[in-house]
Amino acid sequence: MPPRRPLGRPGPERAVVGQQVYQHTLGNGLVLLAERMEHVRSAAINFLVPAGAAYDPPGRLGAATVLADLMTRGAGTRDSRQLALALDNLGVDRDESVGAVNMRFWGSTLARNVPPALDLFADVLRRPHLPEDELEPVQALALQDIQSLEDSPQQKVMVELRRRYYPPPLNQDRRGVAEHIEALAIDDVRGQYQRLFRPNGTILSVAGNVEWEPLKAQVERLFGDWPVGADLGVSPEPHAAKSEHLHKDTQQTQIALAYPAAAIGSPDYYPARAAASVLSGGMGSRLFTEVREKRGLCYSVSAWHETFKDRGSMLAYAGTRAERAQETLDVTVGELRRLREGVTDDEIDRVKAGLKSSLIMQEESTSARAGAIATDWYYLGRVRSFDEVQAAIDALTPAAVLGYLDRYPVRGLTLVTLGPAPLTMPE
Amino acid sequence: MPFHSHTLPNGLTLIGEPSPAARSAAVGFFVRTGSRDERPEESGVSHFLEHMMFKGTPRRTALDVNLDFDRIGASYNAYTSEENTVYYAAVLPEYLPKAVDILADILRPSLRTDDFDTEKQVILEEIGMYDDQPGWAASDHARKLFYGAHPLGNSVLGSKESVSALTRDGMHAYFGRRYSPTNIVVSAAGHYDWDRLVRLVTEACGHWERGEAGRGSRTEWAGQGGLHVLTRDKAKVQQEYVMFLAGGPPADSRLRYAADTLALALGDDSGSRLYWALVDPGLADSADSSYYENDGAGCAYTSFSCEPERAEGNLAIVRKVLAEVQRDGITADELQTAKSKIASRVVRGSERPMGRMQAIAAAWAYTGEYRDVDTELANFEAVSLAEVRAYLDRYPIDRSTVVAFGPLESLAGVAGKPA
Repeated sequence: MPPRRPLGRPGPERAVVGQQVYQHTLGNGLVLLAERMEHVRSAAINFLVPAGAAYDPPGRLGAATVLADLMTRGAGTRDSRQLALALDNLGVDRDESVGAVNMRFWGSTLARNVPPALDLFADVLRRPHLPEDELEPVQALALQDIQSLEDSPQQKVMVELRRRYYPPPLNQDRRGVAEHIEALAIDDVRGQYQRLFRPNGTILSVAGNVEWEPLKAQVERLFGDWPVGADLGVSPEPHAAKSEHLHKDTQQTQIALAYPAAAIGSPDYYPARAAASVLSGGMGSRLFTEVREKRGLCYSVSAWHETFKDRGSMLAYAGTRAERAQETLDVTVGELRRLREGVTDDEIDRVKAGLKSSLIMQEESTSARAGAIATDWYYLGRVRSFDEVQAAIDALTPAAVLGYLDRYPVRGLTLVTLGPAPLTMPE
Repeated sequence: MPFHSHTLPNGLTLIGEPSPAARSAAVGFFVRTGSRDERPEESGVSHFLEHMMFKGTPRRTALDVNLDFDRIGASYNAYTSEENTVYYAAVLPEYLPKAVDILADILRPSLRTDDFDTEKQVILEEIGMYDDQPGWAASDHARKLFYGAHPLGNSVLGSKESVSALTRDGMHAYFGRRYSPTNIVVSAAGHYDWDRLVRLVTEACGHWERGEAGRGSRTEWAGQGGLHVLTRDKAKVQQEYVMFLAGGPPADSRLRYAADTLALALGDDSGSRLYWALVDPGLADSADSSYYENDGAGCAYTSFSCEPERAEGNLAIVRKVLAEVQRDGITADELQTAKSKIASRVVRGSERPMGRMQAIAAAWAYTGEYRDVDTELANFEAVSLAEVRAYLDRYPIDRSTVVAFGPLESLAGVAGKPA
């Protein structure tokens, strides 16, 4: 049995309640993580299973989304209605979401209801009925999901950007392709479940007012005899990113940009996060100041860092009325490029203040902590302690950010626009 | 939890619920004003003014405001509704004095003309942005059709024309009329010292000049009824959005708890009547029912969106469900399930200072009373089937104003009008 690992936060001035994080790997590879938060009454449960959209086979794009919905329509001894009722009566708010790599099952409720809720989640993950007669309504919902995207231009432009920027299969959107979804048979969906759901690679995290030893014993009982399955990786294919304009008769033009950045796990990760914050961390950041505050070009403009295990990226978004879209693009790209010319001490101080705030405030949310410890484990194979993150934030300097920008200049920009007319990428 | 309140001589009220176990503190200025308090020629000014509040004061330029908030790592923003305009920040405890200093300062803005002109462009962009999102445009139209001449039907954003016509001096006059300290509540929750907060706010706001800000019509409203079909070109909207609006208890009514509970049983996103009737069988991609508490005139709001060809069938299904619930109420099991969900949500919503700061401010603004988490839980736990019946008798949910928005040119025999 691996030792219990409370990751302490020494110093009475820093910690009102010490950080208590625990980890245990089951014999079959399932990783259990827990963070005990004594000052709250709730708890959040979070499963990450490597069964995201990137695992959809060619010709069956959208299968993961159909599978996720179907898994909750009856499991264990309960049919669809009985399962929903059991979770509702425990006050479990929940969501199944399909990410690029992982499928996520999330639930949040009062801490005292965690044990019976975990029993139900174990049924969903290990004993879903995947009923044939529910397939058609699930397909109908998946098709409407695709159609609804047309009514959300801000979301649509990001989906279209990722589709063109990332290599297959990382570029596969959870919504999939209508013709593929229509053609799915129940055996395809059941096959996808058989192929992908397994304990090895699965991470279960629980954060909130929970007791570690009983939790560990329950998880051993519920998942200890789950047979190991084949490890399937995701191998990105060679790919050339492609810029494109998509026509739509809207008031605003949606602008989406992406270019390579450092990945999580790289020594450049925190400088990359800091660069994103200088651009778009608060309302005093460069993009908001130059694009919105000084010029009034748009309501919404932002840039952020996102990461896979093997690659990081900077993404940017702006939405603006068509006649001002070219200027918006010019100013936005100009700010991305200008970053290399220098970053001030004051900017780095503001970045640090913002990162430190969000780090500490995260400890007020069981959902945020359950998510954070699971994603840490997924990316890094360990949970970063408060002190480690704090030290990395403290170490940020203008020189560190500029050094990073030398290694990752703005290069290979992919631009996708959605609106009445195409734009020209500034030289 | 300890609770404190204090009123300054100029009428500004402070309320607070300190919680030593919290890691952060949240503070907000709740101004009892919104689109319902605008004159016709002022449409959109409440929301535009909310933006202008961040544009500087005699002590700070617009950039200074943003930089000062960022320097303390604040999570800060503001929002405007039909009846409340709220400015807030959550910070680490050591930065609370600075957060109060900035918020209090920006609540007495310069409203400089060049900032006004630039920000007007941002507002026009925001209007364009929402107009491109049919789900949002649909609910704005629905409110207007339901409330008719009642001030709660006033659009928060206003229109391109109304916002274009606003002037700096007109905004200043609205500010003078609505931002009197008697019309503002300062709310704080989380890790902070109450006495120190009172001192900080007194120093920062004690000199604000007292004034009186009332509110016009607060009458209850049952809606004008009917089915209204609004048609937009298929190139601009894919799904059909259908909304049912009925009158509901005002925010200070005891029946608000029954209204909230019934809405959950009827239209929560899992396990509700509408979920099983529309979403589970794949007939609609979403279905929802909510109770909106408003000052004087609440609203029960039910909606779904679906492929246009399914709208007519779904409309009939929802009407049938609403009629059944109106006639028979909900079952004891449904009531119990709804309460379980509410208890979980109330507790989780209270775990962040930001959540508590907003909850105590809303309760105070509407009813003048403080409700701690356990009192709120007990109020929901006490909802009985008889109370649900009393709510339905008083505010029939099947007597709705129905609004459809989307590509359909007609629905259930009603011809569409261009939207």
